[in-house]
Amino acid sequence: MAKNFVTTTINGDEVEFASYPGQSLLDVLRSELHMTGTKNGCGSGDCGACTVVLNGRPVNACLVLGVELDGAEIETIEGMATGTKLHPLQQKFLDHAALQCGICTPGILTMAKAFLEKNPDPTESEVRYGLAGNLCRCTGYDKIVRAVLDAAADMRADG
Amino acid sequence: MAELTRQKERIRGGVAQALAHDSASKHVTGQAVYVDDIPEPQGTLHIAVGSAAVAQGRITNLNLDAVRAAPGVVCVLTADDIPGLNDVSPTHSGDDPVLAGERVNFFGQPVFAVAAETFMQAKAAARLGVVDCAADTPVLTIDQALAKNYLISQDHEMVRGDAAAGLKAARNRLSGQMEMGGQDHFYLEGQVSMAVPMEDGDVLIHCSTQHPSEVQHNIAHVLDRPANAVTVEVRRMGGAFGGKESQAAQWAALAALVAVRTGRAAKCRLDRDDDMSLTGKRHELAGKWTVGYDDDGRITAADVEMATRCGNSKDLSDAISDRAMFHLDNAYYLDQVRILCKRLRTDTVSNTAFRGFGGPQGMMIGERMIESVARAVGKDPLDVRKLNFYGDEGRNTTPYHMQVEDFVLGDMIAELETTSDYRARRKAITAFNESSPVIKRGLALTPVKFGISFTTTFLNQAGALIHIYKDGSILLNHGGTEMGQGLFLKVAQVVAEEFQTDVDRIKITATNTAKVPNTSATAASSGTDMNGMAAMIAARTIKRRLIAFACNQYKVEESDVEFIPNQVRIGNQVVDFDDLIGQAYLNRVQLSATGFYRTPKIHYDRTTASGRPFYYFAYGAAVAEVAIDTLTGENRVLAVDILHDVGQSLNPAIDIGQIEGGFIQGMGWLTTEELWWDDSGRLRTHAPSTYKIPTCGDRPAHMKVKLWEKGRNAEATIHRSKAVGEPPLMLAMSVFHAISDALSSLDGYRTVPDLDAPATPERILMAAQKLKAKSR
Repeated sequence: MAKNFVTTTINGDEVEFASYPGQSLLDVLRSELHMTGTKNGCGSGDCGACTVVLNGRPVNACLVLGVELDGAEIETIEGMATGTKLHPLQQKFLDHAALQCGICTPGILTMAKAFLEKNPDPTESEVRYGLAGNLCRCTGYDKIVRAVLDAAADMRADG
Repeated sequence: MAELTRQKERIRGGVAQALAHDSASKHVTGQAVYVDDIPEPQGTLHIAVGSAAVAQGRITNLNLDAVRAAPGVVCVLTADDIPGLNDVSPTHSGDDPVLAGERVNFFGQPVFAVAAETFMQAKAAARLGVVDCAADTPVLTIDQALAKNYLISQDHEMVRGDAAAGLKAARNRLSGQMEMGGQDHFYLEGQVSMAVPMEDGDVLIHCSTQHPSEVQHNIAHVLDRPANAVTVEVRRMGGAFGGKESQAAQWAALAALVAVRTGRAAKCRLDRDDDMSLTGKRHELAGKWTVGYDDDGRITAADVEMATRCGNSKDLSDAISDRAMFHLDNAYYLDQVRILCKRLRTDTVSNTAFRGFGGPQGMMIGERMIESVARAVGKDPLDVRKLNFYGDEGRNTTPYHMQVEDFVLGDMIAELETTSDYRARRKAITAFNESSPVIKRGLALTPVKFGISFTTTFLNQAGALIHIYKDGSILLNHGGTEMGQGLFLKVAQVVAEEFQTDVDRIKITATNTAKVPNTSATAASSGTDMNGMAAMIAARTIKRRLIAFACNQYKVEESDVEFIPNQVRIGNQVVDFDDLIGQAYLNRVQLSATGFYRTPKIHYDRTTASGRPFYYFAYGAAVAEVAIDTLTGENRVLAVDILHDVGQSLNPAIDIGQIEGGFIQGMGWLTTEELWWDDSGRLRTHAPSTYKIPTCGDRPAHMKVKLWEKGRNAEATIHRSKAVGEPPLMLAMSVFHAISDALSSLDGYRTVPDLDAPATPERILMAAQKLKAKSR
């Protein structure tokens, strides 16, 4: 199958990849670029496990085609920490033990980061509804909500 | 066994410390490696399966020419290509084929498999297969199966006393019934295996399974090779919940078959729709009861008949149906009792283990029975629950003739009733409902008593392996698997406590059948109880050798050797742990040991349905408050208060996580998660678009979880802790009963509403309309 060459920026680095028509961004990330931090949960845009940020907006990578991405800016979980310094959300997920099997965690963190950028001072209820598109089967969400609220408070304090 | 002195907060990560999951820093950075993330060897093939479009029928024609000719296809397999046994049944019942040969027994059952260069090519090729069948009318529902007496296994009965005579003599009698749906596991990581061919035709399988030993043995049978030719490794799973106990083997077998046949690595990863359509789920169960009770609501006799919908094969259905029977009583003494459970065959995917393993279904029937008695005598259901508790003299024998020796629910319920302000809220809710015509509120406090141990006694064994390398670093391995529940960390904490070293010194390694053999599934909540003990025993073996060495080397008595944080005190000297290990190595002391544990005290005779199948019971209780809209059936859980007994917690952060997660998962089962098959037997809820697990938005605004501070296991379990995997799921019965309570308000709390589970808005609305019509 003919492949198209696509040039994007991923986590600040210019990245070129070849993608065949019909190949999702999720498959590009995982199979072509070996960036496996973004997870495949349902493949139909309903679980949020593959959430990445595309041109500033959170999207389900399984619903975006690779060939559409020429010139796009993409952020994934691999770019969330700065070197070894964790993002406040990542740190709070550790502090609150807000994960179990961990496979929904990258998507939830990516979504939470995008959510807090739009709404840095959310209520508990806003966090719950803001993350409602990201399924977690293990935790029951309680610690996730607490961790996000706690991270938001820290991020506001740090300005 | 001497009780350990707890040296709290001395080492990092000893027992009782609240630590986040050992892989947490990898989880949050996307670096944790699941099976599908392992770098694929060059030339790895990808597998998809093909099937007939019928639920039941004889295969009359199989034409795979177009599949073979499709782009990228390297290998196509049918039942005829299996060199050994075409069966991956966990109980060797011969009814779980890897690929169906002559008959199709459920819609979508794999008939052939195709391996291609890419997953997309394999999926596209699989659609080109022609499978014709002489289709029969499928038996799909519990009612249809009951009508035809379509059974997968023999009925089983538990009897104590004479239920018929007891019912005849009872002051009052009532009958009722309830059905509850199944549940898809919806682990976020679907079934996945990658097989790598090794020399001699051996195979290494990276598999997402709770039961590596069973996968190993089943694949050896499929390949017609001895077990030592197959190695199964599991580093971590992205959730499992029982769905990766027996259900992983088929996909691992396909990967192994392709790998051995082609000499190339092969991966079988089900996409979400295939995973939901082709793998087993929680059993649906229908139950009906006749119960005798006195005027206070004390149960004097009970006759209960249940039926489980097992699907097309036995799988683990006998043990699951038995566990439903074991938990029918929940926390209540049932005098003069008979419990029967039929195991129905249906032409649907074979149902399997799911957190609670039938226990939740049986318990729901028992709780429904209690609730109906409470309404009949006009009391708050909590008072009737308390009246029927185990605990009083002469009221401690279960229907399977086991003595309940550790009943703590009396104390726990008293505490929760106070801390949750149950009575005041009850009053407020009654007042609210009187003045609110459409929105009704409900409240319920329900207990959980859950038996811990595999009821198949021989499964209660575990092994561990510990190496200390000469630099003092420790490697830990055991037969338990990590699915997010924190087992690896808890066992590492146990070992850290033994050696008095920081937990960071211990390398937690992937479960591997080449390291610890013949393991049982990580299931029945037993992972920490059994593997923790096995690891402790291994650590103590090495410790004994180190102590003997120190005594000899330093000329001191055994009592003069003490493991203190990261050091060892030998007489008047203090030696770094690393130094002692280095010295021991130079003096030819063996620094590796295995540990083996078998759960004591348990026995069970299934022919008489009596014995002590459980080592102990885990307890918990929850209060839930809900609001329902009686015009639409919409509902919300407003508040939840939980008090749960984990004995002496090995890790409170992990334990509370298990309780919260189990509760919400149970809430999903009983409210929003509805499996729906069409008349042709095709599952129509095979993706999260149509199958609704709880989301973040469903989390109750008030959710308080507390570990019971007085908790301490009466039995000598690992540091007197209690199992926590399954029991909390059943705390969600409080949500269902709170919905039922809100509905009951419609007829002045006189009857228990006719409400099946899951209590979807549709069902709530129908129940509300029935009650309104009745009270009109």
